[in-house]
Amino acid sequence: MTRHERKQLRSGLGFTSLWIVGLGAFTAYPVLASLYYSFCDYSILKSPVWCGAENYNQLIHDGLFWKSLANTLFYAGLSVPLGTIVALGLAVLLNCDMRGKSLYRLLFFMPSIVPIVASSMLWLWIFNGQYGLMNGFLDLLLRPFGLHGPAWLADPEWSKPALVIMSLWGTGNAVVIYLAGLQGVPMELYEAAEIDGASGWQRFVHVALPSIAPVVAFNAIMALISAMQIFAQAYIMSEGANGNGNASDGNPARSTLFYTIYLFSTAFQDLRMGYASAMAYILFVITAALTWIGTRLSRGHYEDAV
Amino acid sequence: MKPRTRTGKAVATALLLLFSAAFVAPFVWLVSTSLKPIEQTLSLPISFIPKAYYAVLDGRRMEVTLDFQVTQPGAVVRILAGDDAGKLGYVSRKELAARPGGFQVIHDVDAGSWHVSQRFDHGPSERAPDPLWDVLPRRQIGSQVRFRWRNYPRALAALGGDSSSGPNRATFWTFLGNSLTVAILGVIGTVISNAIVAYGFSRLKWKGRDAFFALTLATMMVPFPVLMVPLYGIFKAFHMIGTLMPLWLPTWFGSAFNIFLMRQFFRTIPEELSEAARIDGCSEWRIFWRIIVPLSTPVLVVAALFHFIFAWNDFLAPLLYLTRKDTYTLAIALQSYQSQNGGVQWHYLMAASAVTILPVIVLFLFAQKSFIRGIATTGSKG
Repeated sequence: MTRHERKQLRSGLGFTSLWIVGLGAFTAYPVLASLYYSFCDYSILKSPVWCGAENYNQLIHDGLFWKSLANTLFYAGLSVPLGTIVALGLAVLLNCDMRGKSLYRLLFFMPSIVPIVASSMLWLWIFNGQYGLMNGFLDLLLRPFGLHGPAWLADPEWSKPALVIMSLWGTGNAVVIYLAGLQGVPMELYEAAEIDGASGWQRFVHVALPSIAPVVAFNAIMALISAMQIFAQAYIMSEGANGNGNASDGNPARSTLFYTIYLFSTAFQDLRMGYASAMAYILFVITAALTWIGTRLSRGHYEDAV
Repeated sequence: MKPRTRTGKAVATALLLLFSAAFVAPFVWLVSTSLKPIEQTLSLPISFIPKAYYAVLDGRRMEVTLDFQVTQPGAVVRILAGDDAGKLGYVSRKELAARPGGFQVIHDVDAGSWHVSQRFDHGPSERAPDPLWDVLPRRQIGSQVRFRWRNYPRALAALGGDSSSGPNRATFWTFLGNSLTVAILGVIGTVISNAIVAYGFSRLKWKGRDAFFALTLATMMVPFPVLMVPLYGIFKAFHMIGTLMPLWLPTWFGSAFNIFLMRQFFRTIPEELSEAARIDGCSEWRIFWRIIVPLSTPVLVVAALFHFIFAWNDFLAPLLYLTRKDTYTLAIALQSYQSQNGGVQWHYLMAASAVTILPVIVLFLFAQKSFIRGIATTGSKG
């Protein structure tokens, strides 16, 4: 290394020194410590004691672990595709250059910045089986058939779909991203397709969609990763709608016991931090796998960015 | 891509209006509930319009509540015998016929009339005196639209709960102060630390830079639950559990997302500017402060906005680290109010939620352009 290179290295490390400390203290150390704890019997009160793969062994035989994983996959598997379709549809509509476009965009985007606690309160009230807005609206449609809307968050069959509906309200973020993507598609491509006699739908499927597919894939993967970590709304609304019990029970009938909720209660209520760390690592592996698949899918796009 | 046909346009407009209504309805429901008196939140059919009802009771026109609708004809009577002798009551025609002489009829009531009571405007803790009441046909009950703004101060007072006095005093203002402290210290830390770090990653060439940057990006996919337990351990070791420190201190040491965001922007600034300054003998630090920072306001604003919203909205981290009520942020205070008071006082709950939402909506409306641009770039280049 020449003197010049050493000088450069010094100033590079100098500028990034805050991050070197931050990365070490708030990411690298926790990631490694978590891995170590996952092989330990550990409550925050006493130092960890090595127990080998015991935690992982127990997890395999833990019904609640599988229940929480299944609930989470169900929620993510429903909310991510639906959210992507709704967001894409709205972006396409907005891309029609209708009058009042920026107002619509504003309306669609606004719910996505509402604090999760406040939106949980709001949807808790909307999904109130008796006086809520949702059933008030559904009754208009269902009453002629003698039907009534479900109890939503208090009904194990409907609690997860309710959370999915709530998640659709927050898709405005993706609408903005997809709209920006659609606007980046060169006009000439549409015109060329039109000259070739393509219909509106064909132009969407063969011109617009391929151009923004990488963006959609990337954002869907990010949405999937965050859906796998669903916590706040379920934690708040499950207790709010079912009263009594503990916020991390996942009521009704454990239908909203999601992965992170089970992990949280294992770690901070039962103080089984080793066991919780093993759960966290399994989530980490699932997330890493999903990310890997996602970057594969949106390869060209990703390399472009980095 | 414009729809060419008239029908195409009409369908697109109809769909947009339909979805707009679906996206806006929850907001309208929130505000409308927050302005209703409690009994109107628990009445059917549901209505978006907060109202006040009036009727003449005991010779005076006053505000009343609609309690229930009577299904059979009957009468308002003075009870003459039994435990309730001397009291006023409502009885159906059948009961009246079954006990002749038991009641003195005051006036007859048609089926479909409403039982109304005098409405006292009292706070949640005060006890109301016995109200006047009557059973009146709907046409004798007046109504007008009325927004009960006083729900707001009352909801905010209720947020503090039992702790609004005493040594660990916590009121709405405490929670607001905590939320602002966390958000503002976090914004300052985020903007300063990430700008410095991003400069190192974008405007300087050094050995290992690109590998280090790739590692930085990789950390973005680490789920928070993986970090949760060890982070708690760290903050406990430094006696920071129960303080606001764990919520803003880490922002002063950079974050992968913001480093990436700012690096993308810094790279677009022409290299010639830096070269010229270097030839003039400027240090890197000076180039950073004097040239790069002033040219980068847009991205610094975006990072600041994003972090403010993130900090204001965060739930899991405050839930982990905040143990005493006087350190609660607004988000945690709202959740704790809900879980302690059950789901009955919807009007207060919605008013307190609206107050929690307001700052981010106002911020967004003022900085809409930066927001939309920021979301679009991070989402499509992230």
